[in-house]
Amino acid sequence: MLILGGAALAASLIVAIYAAGAALYGAIEGDRRWVESARRAVYALAALLTVAVVVIESAFIGDDFSFEVVASHSSTTTPTFYKLTAMWSSQEGSLLLWAWVLSLASSGVLYLTRRRLRELVPYATAILMGVATFFIALMLTSANPFTELSPAPPEGAGLTPLLRNPYMVIHPPMLYTGYVLLSIPFAFAVAALITRRLDAAWIRSTRSFALTAWAFLGLGLLLGSRWSYEELGWGGYWGWDPVENAALMPFLVATAYIHSIMVQERRGMLKVWNVSLICGAFVLALVGTFLVRSGILESIHAFGASTVGGPLLGLIAVVAIGSAVLIVSRLDELRSERRIGSALSREAIFLVNNLLLVGLAAVVFWGTFFPLIAEAFTGTRSSLGPPWFERYATPLGVGLVLFTGIGPLLAWGKLSPGAALRLLRWPALAAVVAAIALVLASDAADSPWALFLFSFSAFTLVALGQEFWRAAASRRALTGEGIATALPRAIARNRRRYGGYVVHAGIAILLVGVAASSSFQTNRDLRLDIGESAVVGDYTVTYERLASDPGSERIAFAATLDVDKEGRDFATLAPARNYYPTMDPSTGPVGRFFEGEATSEIGLRSGAGEDFWAAFQPDLRPLDDDIARGNKVFADINAPGTPAEERAVLFGFRDEAIRRLADTYAEDPPPATFRVIVNPLVVWIWIGALVGLGGAAFALWPSAAARRRVRAAYAARLGREVAGP
Amino acid sequence: MEFLIALALVALVAAFVTVPLRRRGAERLDASEAERAELEALKLTRYREIRDAEADHAAGKLSDEDFERLDRELRAEAIEVLRRLDRLDEAERKAPGRDRDAAGESLD
Amino acid sequence: MDPSRKRKIRLVAALTAAVLLATALVYTSFSASTEAREPSQVLASGSGETYDLTGKVVPGSIERTDSDLRFRISDRDGSEALPVRYTGTVPDPFRDGREVIVTGRLMDGTFVAEHDSLITKCPSKFQEEAEADPEHVMIEE
Repeated sequence: MLILGGAALAASLIVAIYAAGAALYGAIEGDRRWVESARRAVYALAALLTVAVVVIESAFIGDDFSFEVVASHSSTTTPTFYKLTAMWSSQEGSLLLWAWVLSLASSGVLYLTRRRLRELVPYATAILMGVATFFIALMLTSANPFTELSPAPPEGAGLTPLLRNPYMVIHPPMLYTGYVLLSIPFAFAVAALITRRLDAAWIRSTRSFALTAWAFLGLGLLLGSRWSYEELGWGGYWGWDPVENAALMPFLVATAYIHSIMVQERRGMLKVWNVSLICGAFVLALVGTFLVRSGILESIHAFGASTVGGPLLGLIAVVAIGSAVLIVSRLDELRSERRIGSALSREAIFLVNNLLLVGLAAVVFWGTFFPLIAEAFTGTRSSLGPPWFERYATPLGVGLVLFTGIGPLLAWGKLSPGAALRLLRWPALAAVVAAIALVLASDAADSPWALFLFSFSAFTLVALGQEFWRAAASRRALTGEGIATALPRAIARNRRRYGGYVVHAGIAILLVGVAASSSFQTNRDLRLDIGESAVVGDYTVTYERLASDPGSERIAFAATLDVDKEGRDFATLAPARNYYPTMDPSTGPVGRFFEGEATSEIGLRSGAGEDFWAAFQPDLRPLDDDIARGNKVFADINAPGTPAEERAVLFGFRDEAIRRLADTYAEDPPPATFRVIVNPLVVWIWIGALVGLGGAAFALWPSAAARRRVRAAYAARLGREVAGP
Repeated sequence: MEFLIALALVALVAAFVTVPLRRRGAERLDASEAERAELEALKLTRYREIRDAEADHAAGKLSDEDFERLDRELRAEAIEVLRRLDRLDEAERKAPGRDRDAAGESLD
Repeated sequence: MDPSRKRKIRLVAALTAAVLLATALVYTSFSASTEAREPSQVLASGSGETYDLTGKVVPGSIERTDSDLRFRISDRDGSEALPVRYTGTVPDPFRDGREVIVTGRLMDGTFVAEHDSLITKCPSKFQEEAEADPEHVMIEE
């Protein structure tokens, strides 16, 4: 199977190069046959890469350890689900995933535009295939998924325990899909620049791809944050880690882009800004892909320093410089047709929101790459921690929440001051009331920024509600329907707008959760003995008992925590610590079970008002003597001269000994360390994000009007052709 | 055995990809089609703007006179786009710029 | 004021704001950042400053007491080493030989770390370990 996979990969390189060349040739010579051949080549590329993916996944499922990737990332004891997803935990597999998704997305967009945009499509094809060629060539030279391991080992290394989690499994594909989908509007933007067709067609045809890319990036960010919160022992969801930031930056720029293209469509302005934004977004997507793989910045995410970093940096440079040169050369065609008429218009607000978003992206960029910048200037690496990021992100975030509400309130074009006051009345009132209520009824005033954010979110949510209300009301005035029918119908008529409003609502809710959980958290490290209690905020935590669970893949120690709130039973949590064995024989036949990777299971009780979060760290020092003794007693297991049958018997005894060791420890354990966090309003972060994604899906869904338009286009075509020469 | 499968795949791909190339005679890209695409996109955007302005007016955001002024502007722009599209249609009917293959069949 | 003048004023205002923000950014970043130093560099520069101490955990040096975690960090090439005293979350990948970063300052010969500042790099591959141990051992159920 290695040969088939390798052949498919090599063939896909040739096909990708051919597709780019044929598309360019067809564009320059004006011969449509070559463009069509290029499109077929893209379809063929998707097919070939699918073959490659199927070959690899079959190897994973079939435990074919002659594949080096399979041997180093899977094992016979890995559960089937994680065998399938282990592919993208490796450098090689994730590059293959990138290329595969790119080929599928390219096939999709070329299929959808097969009869349209005939001037743009060839150049866009060439760009997309150029990127694909790069990734395939990278695989073939530095990170080939079809490398053979000879002789094939009987067992594989297994999947890193930290990755054995459903969130960690979907998070990379979602993020990669987001990155890859950004290449579509990018390719069409470059094609538009080359052909000097910069008005409307390139934006209109790639808007859905941009919005979908945005949604996938958001989903990837959400999954990563949720994983961090639910699985890691620090209880946070965002650490301003370089790799987190690398996914956030294209997300922010894509958000700005989605808004500013609306301004271009209506006012014919911001053309330079828009092409720059989408080129920037794609460059940032490549930077994100690069950061994880290059080891150039200290991050807990890194795949580790590898040979892939250099070439990726080269691609980034080519794309960035090429885009800049192309844009500058077309500045004439990119001149604005009109100006922003009034400050009291949606266009003006979109401009402000763009500046805030791009400003935030710039801050994140500077902070992320600061270690490299500092090293260039001062010779030493310095890094910036979360406090620095928060200093700038907080005011920008608060401003964004406010404008998220003002934008929907305004109209395209000048709003009369009277109308503006009328529209702002209720939201402004809500903001003031919320602020006063919070100051009086809670300690929200302790954190001024959080107070601003809550107040502005109230403004935004009321403003959005007002918009939905007005939509329903004006439809009722026309049709006399009841509110229950008027509202859905009014919304369905303009999915893009109201879907967008739902996204805004989701963001406002999400930021409320972020503000509350960052500013009003209670965080305690406790050291408890069995039976001992401690008080954290309104809660009383009692460490009841410890249970041990030695399993085939890991040894787990689970603590039972009884949590009471204000005297009444609240929850029984079971935070645990899982110990996975290591391959390293120097730790000893018994010691290896306690010296390998360890993961945490968090005890979590979520509520609408706050989350109760607990992590557990047992004190394994009392086991040290027994482990050392066990290592001596069972030393023959590793000794080279031991016959196989004796070894098997020793394994049996050793396993029994470890089981007894774990059970005895659990019966009378020493005091353990617990980290307990009471986190207000965290659940609203996840809810807000899901609402936002739902809004995006709604906005993307083709409406009845769009379907009618497609039918009308066919009718028009028929009309033209029937008329004939 | 694997070699054969790989070979078959490559042959299939080559055959599939070269189908258009085996047709006789170059097929010109229609220059007017790009212009039409731009105009169509502009037209649809203008329609959306007209609808949005109506909705904004119905929702009370635009005063009557602001709305009338805006509506007039937008409709004028939309009509201009429609005119340009019509001119394009006429030019196409007169000139032999249509995509055709050697047999004279339209490829649209 | 005619519209083109208004536009120019707006442009100048926007650019000024951008320049101010950029200056604030650059200025605060240099003063708010912590330098990354290896143990040999920290020893050379003496105590006082807060640094991000980077290096490898010296095998066998990890000691957990009731109140904190103690271990030694050595330069990546294994030359100098420093004792570290740390409180807070210990990341899951933390163990002998791993690359870590911990923020703190040198006090009386011990690097006293800030609470929760320990970061451990994820191991990149298990390949070498698998090769060293041909029998993948598990507890059989």
